[in-house]
Amino acid sequence: MLLRKLTEACGAPGQEGEVRALIRSEIEGYVDEIRTDALGNLIAVKNPSAPGPKVMLAAHMDEVALMILGIEKNGLLRFRPIGGIDPRVLVAKTVLVGEKKVPGVIGSKPIHLQRPEERQRPLSIDELAIDIGAKSQEEAEKVVNLGDCAYFATKFEEFGQDKIKAKALDDRVGCALLIELLKQNYDIPVYGVFTVQEEVGLRGAGVAAYQIQPDVAIVLEGTTASDVPGSDPHKHATSVGKGPAITIMDRTVITHPPLVRRLIELAEEHNIPYQIRRTNTGGTDAGQIQLTAGGTKAAVIAVPCRYIHSAASVMSKKDYEAAFRLTSVYLQDLQEREGN
Amino acid sequence: MDIKQLFQDIASNSGVSGYEDQIADQIQEACPWVDEFRRDTLGNLIMLKKGKAQSDQKVPRVMLAAHMDEIGLIITKVEKEGFLRFSTIGGFDQRVLLGQEVTVHGKETYRGVIGAKPPHVQSPDEQRQAVKLEDLFIDIGFDSAEEVEGKVAVGDLATINQTSWNLQGSFMAGKAFDDRAGVAAMLECLKALDDLNFSAEVYAVATVQEEVGLRGAITSTYGIVPDVGIAIDVGFGDQPGLQEFQTIKLGGGPAIGLGPHVHPTLHKRMVEVAKEWKIPYSLDPSPYPGGTDAYAIQVTQAGIPTILLSIPLRYMHTPIETLDYNDVKLTGRLMAFFIAGLDNEFVEGLKCF
Amino acid sequence: MKEIIRTLTEAFGPSGYEDQVREVIADMIKDHVDEISTDVMGNLIAVKRGTAPEGKRIMFSAHADEIGIIVTHIDEKGFLRFSNVGGLAPETLIGNRVRFSNGTIGVIYKEKGDLKDLNLDKLYVDIGAESQEEAEAKVKVGEFGIIHREFTDLGNRLVAKSMDDRIGCAILVEAIKQLQDTPNTLYFVFSTQEEVGLRGARTSAYTINPDLGIALDVTLTGDVPEGPRMEVSLGKGAAIKVKDSSMITNPKVKAFLTKLAEDNNIPHQFEVLERGGTDAGAIHLTRDGILAGTISIPCRYVHTASEMVDIRDVEACVDLVKAVATSDLKDLM
Repeated sequence: MLLRKLTEACGAPGQEGEVRALIRSEIEGYVDEIRTDALGNLIAVKNPSAPGPKVMLAAHMDEVALMILGIEKNGLLRFRPIGGIDPRVLVAKTVLVGEKKVPGVIGSKPIHLQRPEERQRPLSIDELAIDIGAKSQEEAEKVVNLGDCAYFATKFEEFGQDKIKAKALDDRVGCALLIELLKQNYDIPVYGVFTVQEEVGLRGAGVAAYQIQPDVAIVLEGTTASDVPGSDPHKHATSVGKGPAITIMDRTVITHPPLVRRLIELAEEHNIPYQIRRTNTGGTDAGQIQLTAGGTKAAVIAVPCRYIHSAASVMSKKDYEAAFRLTSVYLQDLQEREGN
Repeated sequence: MDIKQLFQDIASNSGVSGYEDQIADQIQEACPWVDEFRRDTLGNLIMLKKGKAQSDQKVPRVMLAAHMDEIGLIITKVEKEGFLRFSTIGGFDQRVLLGQEVTVHGKETYRGVIGAKPPHVQSPDEQRQAVKLEDLFIDIGFDSAEEVEGKVAVGDLATINQTSWNLQGSFMAGKAFDDRAGVAAMLECLKALDDLNFSAEVYAVATVQEEVGLRGAITSTYGIVPDVGIAIDVGFGDQPGLQEFQTIKLGGGPAIGLGPHVHPTLHKRMVEVAKEWKIPYSLDPSPYPGGTDAYAIQVTQAGIPTILLSIPLRYMHTPIETLDYNDVKLTGRLMAFFIAGLDNEFVEGLKCF
Repeated sequence: MKEIIRTLTEAFGPSGYEDQVREVIADMIKDHVDEISTDVMGNLIAVKRGTAPEGKRIMFSAHADEIGIIVTHIDEKGFLRFSNVGGLAPETLIGNRVRFSNGTIGVIYKEKGDLKDLNLDKLYVDIGAESQEEAEAKVKVGEFGIIHREFTDLGNRLVAKSMDDRIGCAILVEAIKQLQDTPNTLYFVFSTQEEVGLRGARTSAYTINPDLGIALDVTLTGDVPEGPRMEVSLGKGAAIKVKDSSMITNPKVKAFLTKLAEDNNIPHQFEVLERGGTDAGAIHLTRDGILAGTISIPCRYVHTASEMVDIRDVEACVDLVKAVATSDLKDLM
């Protein structure tokens, strides 16, 4: 399954090579042109010279990870998160380090040696290190380089009712949607952009949009869902299983009102479940795309994911399918209204 | 021209973010290794050095960027007793300001000292706390707002007085080494290029307003659109209070950046060049792409392959920043050899991932 | 002028949904400019062509949007929960009213609990609905609302919601009406989404690419009991910005504006704002850099329902805008 391959691949911001290669192999033959740019964005184009509005669909390839910044004399690896990771989720996890995917564990002081009050306090990142079983700095340096990244060693699994568990659903779920959308036929120019470095500040999307200067952009995302015990209903943001989330506003964008209205109309006409994203926090590539050059109409369609930016996030296959249908229906609609 | 001397001169002079003209003038007057000088709208000093290629041949365009601005103080209010209240331009540690001697740049320049309520009249609680920025003031020796009027106004700047000092060996201390040391490294590079055979067009930019948001790099890169961008800034040197893996060693040569802000192929090539020419270097991996001009250069227009070189520096953002001048020279040398090795094929390849 | 201010401050226009403000302004100025258009980001751009062949292109920008709320949840009893659009301090909201685009009015109040723990998650809006269905018939999740408050004339001092930055808009409208032929071509931008990050100014400046950009926006004052330590005061004239967090004014532009004010006997003061930014912050970093400045209107109680300005400062700002519009930019270039 596509999403399995995508989520088990590793790609920290700036180190998206494995994900990029995988995506390239999936879309080759379905698009007219594939290129990369100076930052490593993968840009796939369908019908570049067709008349009609130029659409940019974007999903980011990168995921949050841990960057190795130092190797201690005893062979332990010191690190810092690259992208936003709550340090409290790190302790006692298994990880894979670097391109060679060297197995390691994130250790901490055993509970036996902790004072009771210590157990109340979250572990700071300086109390954590990755242990790959190397006995010395020299031994560790044989398999790990400074700047390598470590990833949660999470396996993709289907479970429960239509649910999927995996790491990096943010935003491999968007990448999967975009790959499948590129396999369909359109009459208008469609630019599928797999962006880099979203997690460290929406870095790739802006330069890609500058090259393309699209008329309309849809960002495909995995977004936060907090429909869990202990969270008040008005803080849920999105709920898993209730359809893709449409963004009105987040920290980086107020989406184009007429475009959002059209998405909602289409969802209702076609009986596609959807929800309005109910928080103004977080950010997506749409923030950069919208403000490129003279401005672009932008919207975000996102699959709700619980426990985002942690070792294992959870989503619903039904939301994925509905997100695919909604985007697809929108592209057909745009083609009919504005294409030739 | 002795670049080390020029470095000491510009570091001792004032050039707060947004007000860098004097520094740019000083550099321009002292710099014989440049074919063309230009200032852009924000005041970036753009120094073009042409390679030895035929006139109409396409050549790689390289941008070097080191910022010439420094953090400073700005007057916000004149108290009726003649004391001046101030805010900062750029990130000052408020704890280092107390008791500093300053120059206030009003109608003329005025000597002043930064004062606060004396410890004797502070409560024990207050004494345990750092003096807050808003409680500090500059005393320029006038006794009333009336006396100050016409001399100093809201919006005038103040800078800390500190000329550069020579410490042991090639170590030096002073203010504004962040990032006039980078400017010096850039000039060392231009000078070294005189003795090398290179084809690239080199745009060495002394950027403005880095300390307030990389602003000069944003606009200068837009105007130049280089094939390769090299930012030169200072990095955290080994000093008390920091863990070893967070620092780079003084005297160990430039630190070659690694992370999202650095193009992987440029990193690889820079390390190869250092090894080939036996230039000592260290690696400086960082998960945070921000904080230097490289961040702004990278996302200009359609995207620019960038790399960051860091000169080790202790006590950053204080008036006694400390470095080893050898690291500055080595950084210049490394860049010169890197530039000499550039060709079109290499820069075209930077878009192929 | 006061009527213009009343109309503009009572209009509905949270960030991203500035349509009504745009319509009102377009109607006010349409007979006085050569061209009016709206771009992708919703910026209203009015052009007044210059008469001199050597005239320059000047962009004036005042933002049309205001801070507001976005509805994030409607509970089974019909209460609304919300998040902020732009900078809202929760303590200023309790007991205040909000208005939605269809005219629905609601009251903001708080859950029980200590005031020092107050945040937006603890506030809700009561629109008088008795059930979720009744509420949803009037207001939808994702809908934007604004603070509801009428304009009040206190004589020299005027109070209203959204003086930030409808007062800037009013100044441009008034200047447009007063200006005769000018040598320079003038682009008046009523920009969008300033309160969420200077967004409209960024794209419009890119498109217009002017020789000089001037933002009109409010600034804080230090003339209130135990207020911020700054010298700007109501009634002391147009404030020429030296620095805020979005821009350090180019010293040439600062000197240019100061000289214009002095030459034309326009009351003025200098402003250093420790936090906050204006459209000029976005304009000056556009393309390879654009000369820019900000003319600030001193304003008390910014980002509350009762923002206060002084009409004499407002008039000084109109005069300074006119002086810039008719000036020779040769010395500045």
